[in-house]
Amino acid sequence: MRNRIVSRMGAMAIAIAVACLTVVPAPGQVSKASPKPYSPPRLPDGHPDLQGTYDVATLTPVERAIGSKAVLTPEDAARLEKDVAALKDKNNEAIKGDRPAPPKGGDGSVGPAGNVGGYNTFWLDPGSKYNVVDGQIRASIVVDPPDGRVPPVTAAARQRMAALRARPTSDALESRDPGLEPPGSYDDPERRPLGERCLLGFASTSGPPALPDYFYNNLHQIVQTKDAVMILTEMVHDARIVRMNAQHLPKTIRRWMGDSVGRWEGDTLVVDTTNFNDKTRFRGSTENLHVVERFSRVDARTLLYRFTIEDPDTWDRPWTGEYAWPLTDEPIFEYACHEANYAMGNILRGARLRENEEAAKSKK
Amino acid sequence: MSKRSEYSMKTMTAAAVAAAVLTMAAVPVAAQTPAYRAPRAPDGKPDLNGIWQALNEANYDIEAHVARPAMAVRPGPYGPVPAASVLALGAAGAVPPGLGVVEGGEIPYKPEALAKKKENQQHWLEADPEIKCYLPGVPRANYMPYPFQILQSPSAFVIVYEYAGAVRNVFLTDPGPPPVDSWMGQSVGHWEKDTFVVDVKGMSDQTWFDRAGNFHSDALHVVERYTRTSPDVISYEATIEDPNVFTRPWKMSMPLYRRQEKNAMLLDFKCPEFVEELIYGQWRKKPLSK
Repeated sequence: MRNRIVSRMGAMAIAIAVACLTVVPAPGQVSKASPKPYSPPRLPDGHPDLQGTYDVATLTPVERAIGSKAVLTPEDAARLEKDVAALKDKNNEAIKGDRPAPPKGGDGSVGPAGNVGGYNTFWLDPGSKYNVVDGQIRASIVVDPPDGRVPPVTAAARQRMAALRARPTSDALESRDPGLEPPGSYDDPERRPLGERCLLGFASTSGPPALPDYFYNNLHQIVQTKDAVMILTEMVHDARIVRMNAQHLPKTIRRWMGDSVGRWEGDTLVVDTTNFNDKTRFRGSTENLHVVERFSRVDARTLLYRFTIEDPDTWDRPWTGEYAWPLTDEPIFEYACHEANYAMGNILRGARLRENEEAAKSKK
Repeated sequence: MSKRSEYSMKTMTAAAVAAAVLTMAAVPVAAQTPAYRAPRAPDGKPDLNGIWQALNEANYDIEAHVARPAMAVRPGPYGPVPAASVLALGAAGAVPPGLGVVEGGEIPYKPEALAKKKENQQHWLEADPEIKCYLPGVPRANYMPYPFQILQSPSAFVIVYEYAGAVRNVFLTDPGPPPVDSWMGQSVGHWEKDTFVVDVKGMSDQTWFDRAGNFHSDALHVVERYTRTSPDVISYEATIEDPNVFTRPWKMSMPLYRRQEKNAMLLDFKCPEFVEELIYGQWRKKPLSK
C-alpha cells in the first residue's frame, strides 16, 4: 500500500508544482479583510456557537513548492482536483480476495518486499478539494512566512534532531516505506511512529496544531460548555479539553497534546497550549513548543482555524497556518486503534524474522 | 450541527419566579424530604457538566464479595493464594471487599454463562480487556477508578473518560441502528423529567463488567439513568439486558461523585504505551530480561 500512496503523493506533488508554474497572480496578498461582516449564532452566554462536527479533509498541503503562488486560480484548482479524482477512481478497483501471494523477494517495486497490496481507495478519504479561505483557493496552509513554507530549523535544532533521528514525531506519517527505514527503526515499539503505536493520530491530526492527514478519519467535533471546550479528533479518539479562562498547569505536568487553556477575543476562541511532553515533538520541536490557535465562524457552515507555532529552540521565528473547517453532517465513528493493532506486533515480528533469515544466510 | 440552541429567557424567568414563590411559601414538612432540584443548564435541563468518579469496588467485582488475596489466584494448601504471575504485588494486588452494585446481590446468569464467568475469572490475567488497555465499554467505563468528564450543551452531550481516553458521544437525536458493533457502543440520550436516560446498543462482546470475569455477549443492551440528587452526586443506574447470557434483565446502581478538588481535571492515561512491553516486548530486537 505504501508504494501506491507514495506514488500517488508523488503525482500530486508534480501536479501541484506544474500548477504553481502556470498559476495566474492572485488578487493581491493574503488578506484577512472580510467583504461583509458575518454574525455567528450565539450561545446564551453571548459567545459564538462553534459546536458541530467538521471535516478537514483537503488537498491543500501544509507547505507549497518554493517560489509558487499562495492562491490557485479556479481553473488550475479544478484541473488538479479532476486529476486527483481520476487517480482515486483508478486506485479504487476492488481487492481480489483470491489474489496470489506476492512473489518471494518482491515484485520489483520499491522496498525489500515489493508492493504487497493494501487498502484500495475505498478505505481512504484524503480530500478532493483545495481549501478556500477568504474566497481564495489556497495552495498551502502555511501563510506566514509568506512563502508558504515552514521556516528552516535552527542549527542547534538540526543537531538535536540528528541525534534523535529514529525517534518519531507527532507529524510523522503512519509509516514510511516498509523495510527501508534507518537502522534500528524496527528494534522496539518505542521506535515506531506515534500513529502506529495508537498514541496520537499520525501527521499531527489531533495537534495542536490540528493538521489534515491527507489519508482518512478527518473529523473533529467541538462541544462548548461554560467552563470547557472539547475538541474531539476522530483519529485515535483524542479528546482535548480546553479549560476556559484557566491558568496553565505547573511545568512538571506534561501532556501528549499539551495543556490547553482558552479565552475569547471578541468572537474568536483563542486556545493557548504549552506543557507538551518530550515525546510529541511536533516537527522536531522541544517540549517548550507553544501553540496559539484561533477558532472563528466565518459563515453558517465554516470555521476558520488559524494557528501560530513558536519554539525558539527549534525555529528562529514563529510561523502561522490557517485553513477552513467545513461542517459535516457525518457523525464520528469509534476509531479503536490500539484494540486492533495487529500491525505493531507483525512489524516487529517481521523484522526479527528478516534478521534471523539474514543471519542464517550469512552462516552458510 | 444543524440545530442552534435556543435560550428562553422567558422560561428561566418563570422558573426563577416560581422558585422564589416556593421559597417564600415553603413550610418545613418533617415527614417529607423535598426532591433535590439540580442547577439548570441554559436550556432548562439539569446541569450534569463536571468531573465525576465512582467511589466503590465495582471495578474489582460488581457482585457482593469478601476480600480476596489477588485478582488471579491458584489453589494453596489451605485455600486460594495469589497466582505466581501476580505474587510480587502482595497486598497491593489484593481485591478489596465490597457490598456490590448489583441490585438483588447476584447477576442472573444462565447456567452455561455462569460457567463461562468462572472460567473468565480464572484466566483474568490473560482475558480481562483492562489488562491490555482496551476500551472499557459501558457501563464499566463509569466505575473504573478514573475520573470522567461530562460535557453537556443544549446541542451535544459527550462523556470523556480519563482511562484510555475513551469517549462517548451521546446522540440527542437517534441516528438509527448502529452501523456496526464497537467497544463503547452507540449511545442515544433523552430527558425523562430531570433524569438523563441513555440507551446503549451496538457493543461488541469484547468488554467485561469488572476484573472478576463478569461478561456479556454482543446482544448487550444497556439503559443508563443519570439523576442529580445533590450538589455533588449523580445517582447512576444501569439496566442490563442480554438474553444470550442472563435469564432476565438486571440492574446496577451507584452514586457518582463530583471531584471536589478546585483544580480537578482529566489528565492523560494513554495506556497503550504502558502495555507495549506486555504485548510486544517478546518481539524486541533485544527482549528485556524476565
